[in-house]
Amino acid sequence: MKGDTFMGKDALMSDDHPAVETSGLIKRFGDVRALDGVDLTVPRGAVYGILGPNGAGKTTCVRVLATLLRPDGGQARVFGHDVRREADAVRTRVSLTGQYASLDEDLTGVENLVLLGRLLGHGKRAARERAGRLLEAFGLTEAAGRQVKNYSGGMRRRIDIAASIFNTPDLLFLDEPTTGLDPRSRSQVWDIVRLVVAQGTTVLLTTQYLEEADRLADRIAVIDRGRVIAEGTPGELKSSVGAGSVHVRLRDAARREEARGLLARVLGADVVLEAEPVALTARLTGASDLNAAGASSDLNAAGAASRALAELADAGIIVDDFSLGQPSLDEVFLTLTGHPAEDAGGDTEQEAA
Amino acid sequence: MTTATRGAAREAAGGAAPSPELIAAVLAPGARPPRPGALSASLTFGWRAMLKFKHVPEQLFDVTAFPIMLTLMFTYLFGGALAGSTGEYLQFLLPGIMVMSVVMTTMYTGVSVNTDIAKGVFDRFRSIPMWRPAPMVGYLLGDMFRYTMASLVILTLGLILGFRPDGGAAGTAAGILVLVAFSFAFSWVWTMVGLLMRTDKAVIGVSMLVVFPLTFLSNILVKPETMPGWLQAFVDVNPIAHLVALVRGLMDGSVEGDAVVWVTGWGVGLIAVFGPLTMWLYNRK
Repeated sequence: MKGDTFMGKDALMSDDHPAVETSGLIKRFGDVRALDGVDLTVPRGAVYGILGPNGAGKTTCVRVLATLLRPDGGQARVFGHDVRREADAVRTRVSLTGQYASLDEDLTGVENLVLLGRLLGHGKRAARERAGRLLEAFGLTEAAGRQVKNYSGGMRRRIDIAASIFNTPDLLFLDEPTTGLDPRSRSQVWDIVRLVVAQGTTVLLTTQYLEEADRLADRIAVIDRGRVIAEGTPGELKSSVGAGSVHVRLRDAARREEARGLLARVLGADVVLEAEPVALTARLTGASDLNAAGASSDLNAAGAASRALAELADAGIIVDDFSLGQPSLDEVFLTLTGHPAEDAGGDTEQEAA
Repeated sequence: MTTATRGAAREAAGGAAPSPELIAAVLAPGARPPRPGALSASLTFGWRAMLKFKHVPEQLFDVTAFPIMLTLMFTYLFGGALAGSTGEYLQFLLPGIMVMSVVMTTMYTGVSVNTDIAKGVFDRFRSIPMWRPAPMVGYLLGDMFRYTMASLVILTLGLILGFRPDGGAAGTAAGILVLVAFSFAFSWVWTMVGLLMRTDKAVIGVSMLVVFPLTFLSNILVKPETMPGWLQAFVDVNPIAHLVALVRGLMDGSVEGDAVVWVTGWGVGLIAVFGPLTMWLYNRK
């Protein structure tokens, strides 16, 4: 046991197990199969995203990997340690920031961190010293003496992440780290995730937002009804779904057919006529030549749109309004599963809590 | 995310944004300390309980106002009828009412456990590699403080009202010590209930069903000789009745060996049964 607790970065780089490896992982809650045979391999040193709607099994999956739930079947290994038989070895290497602040709300920020530090085996002084540094790093020094129940959503999330890196973990689980946060707090969390990864920690995050997975993750697994239904880099995933869409509203409804032909030709995309007589939408496919350069799909969609608008102007078709759309999670799901993303089992995730 | 928006975000937050440089610095790998021992981890959780008393002093209400109310109520309600005078009755009642108050207070252990689980802080504790029962023992350490406090509040009130223990200071102290120690053992029932029930209301409901019969169907308020035979049979095996007999004996200076055996047996038995049950549930949550 002692060897585990003293394990430093050098020791863990020498073994070559992936951060996470599961096969056929099953977890049941009553009749519901929250995990129905999950196969995952999370490589080290990167951000891995698990994307899915509520009730898909994301939280259950993370909780099993963090040793908070026992799986009912299949295998799960974290850095080569079995989550059932070697739970303590797993616990020394990972930490989890759950959907709900895993802190004592009655205690102050600094008390929470010192408490945690003491439980991790730090002496009083060392625990206090590191708590102070963490609070400062996360912009919480002023709030250190306030009870956590009085923190804003963004502050909670930050101190929760600070708590999770009290001992720098080798693998950090973030369960929907930005759900319910305002845009500013969300971007702060994204920055923190990037910093954590840059320091060598593997991050496994769950999210309902394709945008978030796209921006942060090096690889994404899409999960639905307890199964992985797609896996790959964000680029691969999006090219299978389409790189997004260009919505256009014309001044003159009479020229819509003409515009449709033109957009289809220029973008090499399916163009759909909307219910509104002046509106049409081009669904960009990731495989189109516009994406061949491998640049990010945001740029591609924008490039495609500007090209299309220029052609429309050349043809004398006046555009009143246009917008770019990323493929939404709904579109991803529709494409991958043939059914829309639905809140299938909100209760499932609740039971896991 | 560009540098420009990041800068703007920090500005908007009035400097309260995370600092990339400092975060990178705190993330630098350092030697991890060895895990804390069982005692150290338990004491840390005990410290947490004390911090909670500091921040939410209302939770000490039930170990201050409630015992005072019970003592005054029963002394003046039953004193005249049962013992001829309230002063006489108090001599008999006080050790028992102390036991009743503390035993009723033990129910809140289950409530604390249940509330913590609902709030998610348990996830954090459960993912720390440490001696597994430490959080539970920590609750109980904090609760022992509450039990001691309730005992002292009642003792003080009793002394003011005229309670004069024949066992003297040593006997009285020993009585309180036994009471607190037994309550520690008894509270393992509540840690289990706290883990078992879905809501804190359910915890209270179940606890009442257990605590009320155990405390009222005992030798606390009246002498069992006045009860029908079947009820006496229950009192004879009721652990709380034996606890009362022992605490009363210690405070009176006349301990019966019987009571010592019963209380020790029940105490050890409760921990042996409900301790592992609690931990089994805790590990499976």
